[in-house]
Amino acid sequence: MAVEAGTKSPAAEVRERMNIVVIGHVDHGKSTLIGRLLADTGSLPQGRLALVQEQCRRNAKPFEYAFLLDALKDEQAQGITIDTARCFFKSRRRDYIIIDAPGHMEFLKNMISGAARAEAGLLVIDAKEGVQENSRRHGYLMSLLGIRQIAVCVNKMDLVNFDQRVFEAIRTEYAAFLEQVGIRPLGFLPISAREGDNLVARSDRMPWYQGPAVLEMVDSFAKEAAPTDKPLRLPVQDIYKFTEHGDERRIIAGRIETGTLEVGDEVVFYPSGKHATVTSIEEFNAPPRRRVEAGKSTGVTLSTQLYLRPGELMGKAGEAPPRVSSRLHVTLFWLGRQPMIKGKRYKMKLASLRAPVWLTEITSVLDATNLSTYANRRQIERHDVAECVLETFKPVACDLATGIPQTGRFVIIDNFEIAGGGIILRADEAANTLAQKHVEAREKAWERSAIVPAQRQAKYHQRGTLVVVAGPVGTGKIAFAKALEEHLFQGGRQVYYLGLSNSLLGFGADLKDQFEREEYLRRLGEVSHLFTDAGLILITTVSDLDDDELDVLDTLNRPSDLLIINVGESRFSRRQADLNLDAPINTPLAIERATALLAARHNLP
Amino acid sequence: MHIDTHHKIPEMIAYRDRFAMQWKLNMIVGANEQALEAGETFPAGHATRLQCCTVLKTDALRRTLSGEGPRWILDHATGKYVKTVGGEPFTGVIVGARADEEGSRSKERYFSARDKQSEWDIADQPPELWNQFKTDFAPGTHVRVHPLLDWTELNVWEYIGRENIPVVSLYFDQGKGVRYRSLGCGPCTKPVQSTAKTVAEIIVELQSGKFSNIAERSGRDQDKEDGYGLETLRRDGYM
Ligand SMILES: Nc1nc2c(ncn2[C@@H]2O[C@H](COP(=O)(O)OP(=O)(O)OP(=O)(O)O)[C@@H](O)[C@H]2O)c(=O)[nH]1
Ligand code: SF4
Ligand SMILES: [Mg+2]
Repeated sequence: MAVEAGTKSPAAEVRERMNIVVIGHVDHGKSTLIGRLLADTGSLPQGRLALVQEQCRRNAKPFEYAFLLDALKDEQAQGITIDTARCFFKSRRRDYIIIDAPGHMEFLKNMISGAARAEAGLLVIDAKEGVQENSRRHGYLMSLLGIRQIAVCVNKMDLVNFDQRVFEAIRTEYAAFLEQVGIRPLGFLPISAREGDNLVARSDRMPWYQGPAVLEMVDSFAKEAAPTDKPLRLPVQDIYKFTEHGDERRIIAGRIETGTLEVGDEVVFYPSGKHATVTSIEEFNAPPRRRVEAGKSTGVTLSTQLYLRPGELMGKAGEAPPRVSSRLHVTLFWLGRQPMIKGKRYKMKLASLRAPVWLTEITSVLDATNLSTYANRRQIERHDVAECVLETFKPVACDLATGIPQTGRFVIIDNFEIAGGGIILRADEAANTLAQKHVEAREKAWERSAIVPAQRQAKYHQRGTLVVVAGPVGTGKIAFAKALEEHLFQGGRQVYYLGLSNSLLGFGADLKDQFEREEYLRRLGEVSHLFTDAGLILITTVSDLDDDELDVLDTLNRPSDLLIINVGESRFSRRQADLNLDAPINTPLAIERATALLAARHNLP
Repeated sequence: MHIDTHHKIPEMIAYRDRFAMQWKLNMIVGANEQALEAGETFPAGHATRLQCCTVLKTDALRRTLSGEGPRWILDHATGKYVKTVGGEPFTGVIVGARADEEGSRSKERYFSARDKQSEWDIADQPPELWNQFKTDFAPGTHVRVHPLLDWTELNVWEYIGRENIPVVSLYFDQGKGVRYRSLGCGPCTKPVQSTAKTVAEIIVELQSGKFSNIAERSGRDQDKEDGYGLETLRRDGYM
């Protein structure tokens, strides 16, 4: 098909690359530091400096190195950085992307966006102003974002006569703060960004300082190795089928976050617990490979055709498994305009998983500028850092941030926006789930009449039962469910077929989105409970119902009975259907068996 | 989809059509017919560069995406473009913009949501953390996706070399000792001095640092007007 395109040529040697963020309080000289560093190392495109100088002259403003980074009109007008900028810089050692973060509080989310992709940081403190609010907040956030390599630049030394005592005082104060947040800085550097002291070479205006200049410091940051020595974590992004040429294989696609994977490995999927052996590793337009490792986006085929969903986590048998939990203790920072509140459904994105979560407890809220904590907060305000508990209806697979950060951190979506981010500190074993708690609360709040279930059973000659017809799409579940209703109805049962389409529960027709699907099942569980509690037999169908989803339905339907009829290939592994039917369904026989089953369970007299 | 200013270097258009035909691509071309007819162009017509770019690129892009403007669709049977109107709006575009190209692009997000007018609110961009991007959108949102944001010019050529991707010959020296580093409209793009004739030679040239002091887009005059030219265009929806 390709014209000049052919097979790949071997990759040329690629230089090492590192992302570094420059952070600190507003106006302490971050953009100036980067601008001057670019200028003094000859890294600027020809005429760029002259252009900015000319622009300043035309607008009757003093020249600022910062304008090399602060490219936006509004930034130059206000003399502040509004949004994080990336710039590219080469040293003899390697290539850098230097990320200039804004120091103004208003733009904290921009600072976090920049810092979250960095491997190391330079924290800038104005020698004259000393340690300020955002010097501390940014320092704390670095530790939360998991960036441990930090050097501190005490800037504007020219304003304090290059006085060593000023430098030492700031060093003492700030080192103590960093220690509290678990960061041991790689160095403190007295500099004058605007004047170029200790940037590219050691300045003779501070003979008392014998340490490295900024450039040397940055080059000494260590590049972290790809986490291939950790257990395998491959978050399933999607399952693909290329059916065009009759290829029926399911290709499980995703990026390997940690560990390695080889053809022949036995892999386990969490939370479902399904397992299989890797048959092949797939790559487009390339010779097949036997092994892939952390950092690679890849696709694999398995020895058995498992039914998997995006968001599951692939691990390797024999390696440390991830946690499977529905109750996470986390540290979370909140960026949303609306506070984070209890009782509201949020969306959590954790690697490739998207799940509804609820904030159920706020342990404490931290003021990152002085590390004081406050208990008894009712909600999490913008820019708060909170230790709290998040709960899900279905268990999720994750890791603790201290072990495998890649699958131990998440973001929270509120009203289509990323409104917060956090790291997982602990994950409780799935015990008292949100669904169970919900049912307990419901039972307490339920105003009941004097009629007890036994009376309804005696009157209707049946037990309130939810019958779920499950199995893959397109197996004739609905027709069967209706036929069963008809049969039971003619036989004198109080029965109802609930053909509750997605749209009736307020969802789009396509419930591929895990997030919406879970909420759909939750509402279905609530509705079912009303019918079965009233003593009816309720029949409904759910395509591709899996173990954890069944748990949720089961819990919400309690204390009434649940009967599962599976049609075609089973999606269950831990749980089992009460009745398995082949597709296509032999309706008369299937009805007979289903009716017998209901009778045998004393659901019919 | 290609927004054609009708000022492009002819070889670019020939290259586009050749691959569209060979690869059986569903090729859509958008253009601002009225502005071209009215001569609101630069330098032949009566417009400044910024005005010309605004109508031929930004406006054409916006109207082609939304379906308000006409779309010319390649008919593979005849090899000709057929004008259509009333197309469905596109909800997103994948663009090759890179942070190293110029100031306003250095502040982009991988996933950048735009409002109905395609406007870009630079001060209030979504956070991006740990490979989690803004992928949830209110109905009616239009999204720009920039997967190459952190790539450099050299990275692009290394990738082209590794994956053996065909490129238009204008990027190579044709024997005159010049080649294009960045391709735009004929009247506003100048080639650079270079004798690189292959991808490998371009990679060597870029690695040598020969151009390290010359911006990739320095041959693109549109970037220079008033110093904020591209920011202005991009705020209004230019790529
Ligand atoms: N005297 C002196 N002034 C400096 C020095 N470094 C920066 N400045 C000035 O401090 C002011 C703020 O510098 P910026 O680089 O914009 O500060 P910033 O930290 O990037 O600010 P935000 O990005 O808005 O948080 C500018 O007017 C600089 O000229 C220095 O070493 N000495
Ligand atoms: S690049 Fe030049 S010719 Fe092309 S649209 Fe802009 S001003 Fe017009
Ligand atoms: Mg700044």
